[in-house]
Amino acid sequence: MPLSTQLEAGEEQYVLIASLDNARNLSNILKAIQFKDHATFLATSNGIKVTVEDSKCLQANAFIQAEIFQEFSIQEDSVMFRVNLAVLLDCLTIFGGSAVPGVTTALKMCYNGYGYPLTLFLEEGGVVTVCKINTQEPEETLDFDFCSTNVINKVILQSDSLREAFSELDMTSEVLQITMSPDKPYFRLSTFGNSGSAHCDYPKDSDMMEVFQCTQTQTNRYKMSLLKPSTKALSLSCKVSIRTDNRGFLSLQYMVRNDDGQICFIEYFCCPDEEVGEQEQ
Amino acid sequence: MRCVVATSNVKVLGKAVHSLSRIGDELYFEPLSSGLALRCVNSSRSAYGCFLFTPLFFQHYDSGAPPGGLEDSGFRCKMGMKSVQTVFKSLSSLDKTVEKCEIDLNPGGNRLVFQLHCKYGITKTHNLSFQESESLQPVFQKDGYANVLRAQPRLLADTVVHFPPSLEEVNVTVSGERVQFRNHLEDEQDASKMMLTEMSLDADEFESFQVREETGITFCLKELRGLLSFAESSGLPLSMYFDQPGRPVVFGLDDPVLEVNFVLATLSDEETTTHRERNRSRPPQADTSHDDFLSDDMDSYMIAMETSAVGGAEAQPCSTGSDQRRERESDTAACSTRSDHRREREPVTAACSSGSKQQRGRESESEEEEEEELPGTPPQKRFRSLFFGSVLSPYSQGANQTLRNQEVLAEASDSDPEEQEEETAKK
Repeated sequence: MPLSTQLEAGEEQYVLIASLDNARNLSNILKAIQFKDHATFLATSNGIKVTVEDSKCLQANAFIQAEIFQEFSIQEDSVMFRVNLAVLLDCLTIFGGSAVPGVTTALKMCYNGYGYPLTLFLEEGGVVTVCKINTQEPEETLDFDFCSTNVINKVILQSDSLREAFSELDMTSEVLQITMSPDKPYFRLSTFGNSGSAHCDYPKDSDMMEVFQCTQTQTNRYKMSLLKPSTKALSLSCKVSIRTDNRGFLSLQYMVRNDDGQICFIEYFCCPDEEVGEQEQ
Repeated sequence: MRCVVATSNVKVLGKAVHSLSRIGDELYFEPLSSGLALRCVNSSRSAYGCFLFTPLFFQHYDSGAPPGGLEDSGFRCKMGMKSVQTVFKSLSSLDKTVEKCEIDLNPGGNRLVFQLHCKYGITKTHNLSFQESESLQPVFQKDGYANVLRAQPRLLADTVVHFPPSLEEVNVTVSGERVQFRNHLEDEQDASKMMLTEMSLDADEFESFQVREETGITFCLKELRGLLSFAESSGLPLSMYFDQPGRPVVFGLDDPVLEVNFVLATLSDEETTTHRERNRSRPPQADTSHDDFLSDDMDSYMIAMETSAVGGAEAQPCSTGSDQRRERESDTAACSTRSDHRREREPVTAACSSGSKQQRGRESESEEEEEEELPGTPPQKRFRSLFFGSVLSPYSQGANQTLRNQEVLAEASDSDPEEQEEETAKK
């Protein structure tokens, strides 16, 4: 008697099939956006986009292009479902989370469409595991309406330096204030905690600064609790782009190199905590 | 006031802060003409540490004193230890990324600015709030000690590593030829159930072994560990000055640019000590701190003001933990103590309140409430008897604390004066 409450399907009926020789190429990226239990999967011919949201103020997206997969076939224009991300990650790492050199877990992910579970075939060292994860109604994801034409300030930094700054941030501060300006201090991260204020300044000609395109002085504050999850993505990435638009919305884009040297992207969108027009002291 | 520390010394400064953090929650910062003094004392005043960085340590040193070299600037303050530790958070990367550290008083005079100039042009600025404070001046004379041992810190560190990290106190006994380290057992602990560790070191393992009095002392190891880790990284020989039990033990490191002294109280042989004795050995200090003071009145509970700028929750832990039922004599870190045991409580609180009103309005309110309390009402949680241990904070960490002559301690979870008023009214 099948334990699954959802329908079974044969191979020929799969709407989406995606295979990876190394499941870590998927699980590592997904771990970086796992700050909530549920994620929305959207698959198109371009690849898979996984979205996680928090309190309508924060959205994280992980993009895994079709080229990353060893096999990628999709029968419809777009396939969307919601799944428990924690469970999915547990399955992807079912053979153990730690990386043993030379040993990889192979993955074949199959989905038959609405009402069917997400089926994972995982193999390592000749041992095969089949996981069926129930899918849920996809919820509409927020559209932050963040388009490049509205971007006022943009910097691209090497992740190493930002990683250190983030790890030293004063966590007693409720907000992280980001100041971007064509004049000094150029790019500044500020916290206001119990012991006083702290600032971390990056000059525009720093070696760590790959791109500096700031047209206007902007200071925006974001809740520290919302930005904290992004540090996981930061630790995986090699470069990060930080952009703010005319509304003060923040877009963080992380370039991640996976085990095989291929590039994937993780994106975080965050609403500002309050409108701050002029630069504060 | 402005100091600039160059690359490799930034790590030394950071390590000094971290080693002082093992003693207490507040860092006393005083730029003197002889150098920058960073000091810390624990809540029960039984441990004191001081790092004095001479002007040579700095790339640039200006204590803010008027020219002439006769006076000091008079600026001294204290800050939350955690705040300063945040500045030097990642010790391991300090020497790799930080090129320069500048410490200034901001133009407004209300923030101490620590600015780290790092690689790639990155600048990290920390504007720390502080409280003006009185000077923390212990009284001790290294010359007057009968026994002086000097060794490479590695020797002591290797000895201490054999004791469990949880060990509070260690007993050191010295004879003409050797010195023994033993873990100290509490009276109520059953020796047959405890693990006893004993280490012996010969005189020839020391660089200098001068023993004029064969004696044994017991002091708290925990606070010393901070100094040991600093000493090991600096490679400077560590000196230990001590004689009879009850007299504090002094650990020192000497270097042309840096002078480090840690003064730890030792257990006295006598079961009971009179305040008079203690006071005699602790000459009155000219400065009385508004914030912390010791009342030596045997019959009344002592009031120790909490001075943390951060919040009441940090206030209480008896950091040395185990000195509950034993009277621990401490001539040491007798910083700003009122030595006259005959002083009543009221004047003390008055002195306290007047000084601190602007700093901590809420706390001084509750002090005034204290004055109105009838004698005999159980003290509120923040009152602590330093050398009796009869009043304990519910937040203390030591496991073996007993309450003596205690009724219900006011369980104020925060320093809300209204709450406390209610609670004391209930009794």
